[in-house]
Amino acid sequence: MSRVDVRKTHKLFIGGAFPRSESGRTYEVNDAKGEFIANVAQASRKDARDAVLAGRAAFAKWSTATAYNRGQVLYRIAEVMEGRRDQFIAEIEQGEGLSTKKAAAAVDAAIDRWVWYAGWADKYAQAIGNTNPVAGPFFNFSTPEPTGVVAAVAPQDHSILGLVSVIAPIITTGNAVIVMPSPSAPIPAITLAECLATSDVPGGVVNILTGAPAEVMPWLAEHADVNALDLTGIVDESVAAELERQAAGTVKRVQAPRSGADWMSPPSLDRMRSFVETKTVWLPVGI
Amino acid sequence: MTFEYAPAPESRSVVDIDSSYGLFINGEFVEPASNTFLKTINPATEEVLSEVAEAGKADVDAAVQAARKAYNKTWSKMAGKDRAKYIFRIARLIQERSRELAVLETLDNGKPIRESRDVDIPLVAAHFFYHAGWADKLEFAGYGPDPKSLGVAAQVIPWNFPLLMLAWKIAPALACGNTVVLKPAETTPLTALAFADICQQADLPPGVVNIITGAGETGRMLVEHPDVNKVAFTGSTEVGKAIQRAVAGTDKKLTLELGGKAANIVFDDAPVDQAIEGIVNGIYFNQGHVCCAGSRLLLQESIAEEVIDALKRRLGTLRLGDPLDKNTDIGAINSRMQLNKIEELTKSGEDEGAERWSPNCPIPDKGFWFPPTVFTNVTQAHRIAREEIFGPVLSVLTFRTPEEAVEKANNTPFGLSTGIWTDKGSRILWMANKVRSGIVWANTFNRFDPTSPFGGYKESGFGREGGVQGLGAYLHVEDPS
Amino acid sequence: MSLLPTRPLTDTSNAGLKAYLHGLPGVDAVGLEARAATLATRSIKNESKAWAIDTAISMVDLTTLEGMDTPGKVKAMCAKALHPDPTDNTCPSVAAVCVYGDLVTTAREAVGDRIHVAAVATAFPSGRASMDVKLLDTKQAVADGADEIDMVIDRGAFLSGNYSKVYDEIAAIKEVCGDAHLKVILETGELKTYDNVRRASWLAMEAGADFIKTSTGKVTPAATLPVTLLMLEAVRDFETKTGTKIGVKAAGGIKTSKDAIRYLVVVNETVGEAWLTPDLFRFGASSLLNDLLLQRQRMRDGHYSGPDYVTID
Repeated sequence: MSRVDVRKTHKLFIGGAFPRSESGRTYEVNDAKGEFIANVAQASRKDARDAVLAGRAAFAKWSTATAYNRGQVLYRIAEVMEGRRDQFIAEIEQGEGLSTKKAAAAVDAAIDRWVWYAGWADKYAQAIGNTNPVAGPFFNFSTPEPTGVVAAVAPQDHSILGLVSVIAPIITTGNAVIVMPSPSAPIPAITLAECLATSDVPGGVVNILTGAPAEVMPWLAEHADVNALDLTGIVDESVAAELERQAAGTVKRVQAPRSGADWMSPPSLDRMRSFVETKTVWLPVGI
Repeated sequence: MTFEYAPAPESRSVVDIDSSYGLFINGEFVEPASNTFLKTINPATEEVLSEVAEAGKADVDAAVQAARKAYNKTWSKMAGKDRAKYIFRIARLIQERSRELAVLETLDNGKPIRESRDVDIPLVAAHFFYHAGWADKLEFAGYGPDPKSLGVAAQVIPWNFPLLMLAWKIAPALACGNTVVLKPAETTPLTALAFADICQQADLPPGVVNIITGAGETGRMLVEHPDVNKVAFTGSTEVGKAIQRAVAGTDKKLTLELGGKAANIVFDDAPVDQAIEGIVNGIYFNQGHVCCAGSRLLLQESIAEEVIDALKRRLGTLRLGDPLDKNTDIGAINSRMQLNKIEELTKSGEDEGAERWSPNCPIPDKGFWFPPTVFTNVTQAHRIAREEIFGPVLSVLTFRTPEEAVEKANNTPFGLSTGIWTDKGSRILWMANKVRSGIVWANTFNRFDPTSPFGGYKESGFGREGGVQGLGAYLHVEDPS
Repeated sequence: MSLLPTRPLTDTSNAGLKAYLHGLPGVDAVGLEARAATLATRSIKNESKAWAIDTAISMVDLTTLEGMDTPGKVKAMCAKALHPDPTDNTCPSVAAVCVYGDLVTTAREAVGDRIHVAAVATAFPSGRASMDVKLLDTKQAVADGADEIDMVIDRGAFLSGNYSKVYDEIAAIKEVCGDAHLKVILETGELKTYDNVRRASWLAMEAGADFIKTSTGKVTPAATLPVTLLMLEAVRDFETKTGTKIGVKAAGGIKTSKDAIRYLVVVNETVGEAWLTPDLFRFGASSLLNDLLLQRQRMRDGHYSGPDYVTID
């Protein structure tokens, strides 16, 4: 007789802890063949509200940590992800119906991408900041600062590589994020949450709300304490347009949907640029 | 009852020093073909710590060949993201072994354990960590869409920050895709050899890093080797000039980081208690064995006497002694040779009419020691105001106006660093614009960071280490035309 | 020109005080904190650690300043103040007990003349009351037997630039103290900047403080190593100018022996041995005492101790 396994309860990830949805709801997640995998927490607007509070609180410390420190924390997350490589591969195979080879390629690319972004933490300010030779006796510099709290929708498929490609640039640049993973394949996101919870990243920097983006995202789009939206994973153009209109109420910065993206190809600086504000300072030069 | 600090020695047991070391070539420790060895001692006790190989011509050749082979077959073909991962491994291993490395550095160099532990080793790890992340991002560094490595780098480093100088050389070289042959200083080889062990623990492909120990002659053979594409040297100005002469007319790219005689300028509105700390840190940190040391204190004349009094009071709290004691502030001078140099120049200061002062400092009987020393009534014409002493000796001069401070600061063939102490921001920037030095520290001193480019103007050398600018030394950056 | 004041302060009008205080050298926060951090790396072991622990115990102002204080609570604390370690009578007494003004009588009765009784006064902790109330608060405490008064400065007045109000209040309280020593609480956590702390320190010393004290303990941050270092530098420079030694009390947030020993190192290397006495340096603390006792027991017995081996009050 084969061993009876202990099955996981899949909960939300908010403020570094794993609560159930305050609404008490779950929804069924099936594998690529339609077989039942698990009941996963279905986030409500109140969970989203709590996640924003957690994100804002974490942002204060995360954004003022040194870039070196952020880089090291991010690298540590990659170390933990590497240890869970087999688990991620099995989950991608099951959830997306990929072959082991393709699933492994996606997982390896995701971990490597995480390392890539970890190495940007203490460099992006050099790549996208600069001094400006103004016409006057002033020292003038422009420096990127994190925008604050970002609400993001991860791609519908590419449930690990797409997810990582959305989260990593947001937090490398010092922001906090509330991310809704693919509703049909959320399991790797929960495993990623476990990696985050066991590395040194402060609780609240990343918050993961499984559930229906159509239900929850409008609340985040209108939330006055969310600074930016990442609509990468929204497929329906009219849904994206409505969220953008809602976001306009507080002039949020909005990253457009990217449904056809090739996640395997190397990223540009774009995703980091999207979530920073440029601060320009003038200092007189005089005796 | 007075508050005497009981001895608080860091334990030596964390370090395991072999009685003899070979050369690290092609991923292994090998016996030197030269069959000669040098002893390395603990300058605080004169005890022999170990003996290390002295690489001869055949050894230098073998090392360069190993580096060339690794470059051609492995390292230049490897994707940046894979190079990155090796360098990240090295960074993490340094963090893991940091206590061992700090103790080893203190034993071999003589610097206080507090400095190796709190400054040197953390910066070493940080340099590898920072540069690891560049390995797969070179297209964003401003050197073109696909910048190429140079090949084999020959690197010769000094004894004042042995492992840190190794990090400054090896990390960017590897990140940019080059392989290296590095020669540590003859008096401080041990942490470089421990680093070789770390390369083995990281499973770094053999030949990517080669460490060959030896003295001046080994260094000369290495930089003159015809199959080397890049030469990087940190050390004395005299040797730097010799190297520049030697590589002239070849295709070898060269960077030099040489001596300094930095001005530390204090204005009448300086935050005075912090300025005193900055002065002390500027010249007595690492026993003054720092190329960018603030060895010329330029005081605004109106406050000179008060600052000198406060400085002398502060120097009375410096603790000189066993470098392994966690409470030691001033450690040993690295070698008998260096001690002789310091003594010679200090004597010239007295002979030329400057006034010498040191706090009461019990000096241990064995080992090489020099108490923190201040010379007042120094002028630009004195040898102690012009020549690099490379010891815990401060020369104090005065100035009247900001322009005069700038003139005096710039009146030297050196140009490595300058310190500026004032509460007025615009004046900081005005002075920073006008001083001819590669580094300017305002209301701080001796701050280093892997993201921040370091290097000099004029005879302090050329090229930068650290930051985006530092990568350029290890990449092809010329136009094809 | 000189860096620090050399002539006596004669113009105590607001303009005069402003010119004096704003003429003091600035403080670079990064440099100050770096110096404190370096001093915190001193490693104090063996016999010097044992000495430091006993010295720290003898410098504690054992404190209870709660709304729910009762005579019973104060009496228990006083007994502990006199004999901190019931298992070991080589343990020194603390320097003082520190209580609210209406419990001074109880405290004095409990300790006799063996240790000091410090009373907080002047509408502690906020300082928001009329001058008459503050003077009466002080007079009553002194009459009841307090030989030390811990007053608070008017932070509102200070932050709005009304230096002469702050000065005059300190001078007036000092007068009604009589023979009692006056500690002036700056409440550094509300002054916020190190420049303010330096100015408030000099203001208090010029106005007659015998001690300058960091905090009430009711606001965070309370005492920190950098702020205490800064106040010790002020005290050092004041002695250079006037020949008078002013004491420093670090209060609030000092919980462990390790912390306390760091403060002693800072005292030692800033103002020197002369200040390493309860007459010139105090810790305002409550839970610190037990940690000092635990460490003392560890040094005596050679193994780590535990909460069952020290009394809760």
